[in-house]
Amino acid sequence: MLAKRIIPCLDIKDGRTVKGVNFVNLRDAGDPVELGALYSEQGADELIFLDITATHEKRKTLASLAREIARHLSIPFTIGGGIKSVEDVEVLLQSGADKISINSAAVRRPELINELAKNFGSQFVVLAVDAKQIDGDWWVHLNGGRIATEIRLLDWVKESQERGAGEILFTSMDHDGTKNGFANEITAQVSEALSIPVIASGGAGTMEHFKDVFTIGKADAGLAASIFHFREIGIGALKDYLEREDIVVRQ
Amino acid sequence: MISIVDYGMGNLGSISNMLKKIGVASRFVSNIEEISAAEKIILPGVGSFDNAMEKLNTLGFSNVIKEKASSGTPVLGICLGMQLLGTRSEEGIQEGLDLIPGVIRKFPSLNGLRIPHMGWNKVDVSDLGMFKGLEENKFYFVHSYFYDPKDSAHIGGKTEYGINFTSSVHKSNIYGVQFHPEKSHKYGMQLLKNFAAL
Repeated sequence: MLAKRIIPCLDIKDGRTVKGVNFVNLRDAGDPVELGALYSEQGADELIFLDITATHEKRKTLASLAREIARHLSIPFTIGGGIKSVEDVEVLLQSGADKISINSAAVRRPELINELAKNFGSQFVVLAVDAKQIDGDWWVHLNGGRIATEIRLLDWVKESQERGAGEILFTSMDHDGTKNGFANEITAQVSEALSIPVIASGGAGTMEHFKDVFTIGKADAGLAASIFHFREIGIGALKDYLEREDIVVRQ
Repeated sequence: MISIVDYGMGNLGSISNMLKKIGVASRFVSNIEEISAAEKIILPGVGSFDNAMEKLNTLGFSNVIKEKASSGTPVLGICLGMQLLGTRSEEGIQEGLDLIPGVIRKFPSLNGLRIPHMGWNKVDVSDLGMFKGLEENKFYFVHSYFYDPKDSAHIGGKTEYGINFTSSVHKSNIYGVQFHPEKSHKYGMQLLKNFAAL
């Protein structure tokens, strides 16, 4: 049976991991490659590196980062941040990225999904979407959640799948940072509306939250950042727990 | 020295990085002479079956890989590279290398089954060839088609995903794995060590 995936997310700024990371066994806690390698040793199934400041000029930094990660990691990784074109992706894939993630650029120009899927295959294209619940409905937001749109979450993820996205990374802005659990109900709706895998993000605070998002939320993977960075939950311990709860994980 | 066939399909760097980690020397081979001289061959591949076969044929690699395989050189096909070892694929119209007879089939549309099959899954090992020390395992898969070998004696391992499909094939010195050992951490390292030790 296919295992449920645990995915730490590393936010990158100018080639360095942001958010205070205090691992004693790291020489340089801000080095995304070293942190990624540590997560890999602890049993992370995949890693996602998001350049939160990516601009056109910095795209080269992202490519060299991808090359370094690929050299040191032996698990799949996704890289994203400011990707707007086939050319952007070409260089990242050549640098060794297994998948790329796109977000706002795809909302602004949905054809980007088709172009990427056609050129590189759907399995390379992770469509990230940030959404927020307003008056009972879920709405897509852009630029890290700063800009609201009039696009409904379920409409957008279905359209993305039709256009060729291979995976959805769904972040509930209402849950992100709360540590009160994932948005299980809407995650389950997203998952049921699609035939591609769904990575749930936002709200992880306890091990039980992961169990819930895999069972109630029907997610294929659970993503978190700070609880791993601040060592509130160890990946090994989390997987032991999930296994005891009869959830298939990779050990 | 393991020779990784470079024909413009797939992420060769990941494979050479992984071999380096386990202390195995490798090089990329991109012409007939280099392939002819290879001691061991890895045939990688990402993309579509026809595109890959057309490239192998145009470059003249198909024949030399077949010759090497029939003369006993160990060959390991990875992902699409495994599928190319088959007779033909439902994905296209090109003939495969036909080193291990079989048809590459698309996963059936079953209720709730997500395609591609992507993520970590277990291989139930039936042939230890490539899987020594790997009775317990999880490998990383990304694929929408699977190998259906003509002769069940060539099955190296099977994996459960909606159906119980062949995730590894083996016939004498020729091996294929549907998953990506270069992305499968410790299990992938062990598998590549096993291949290097042949």
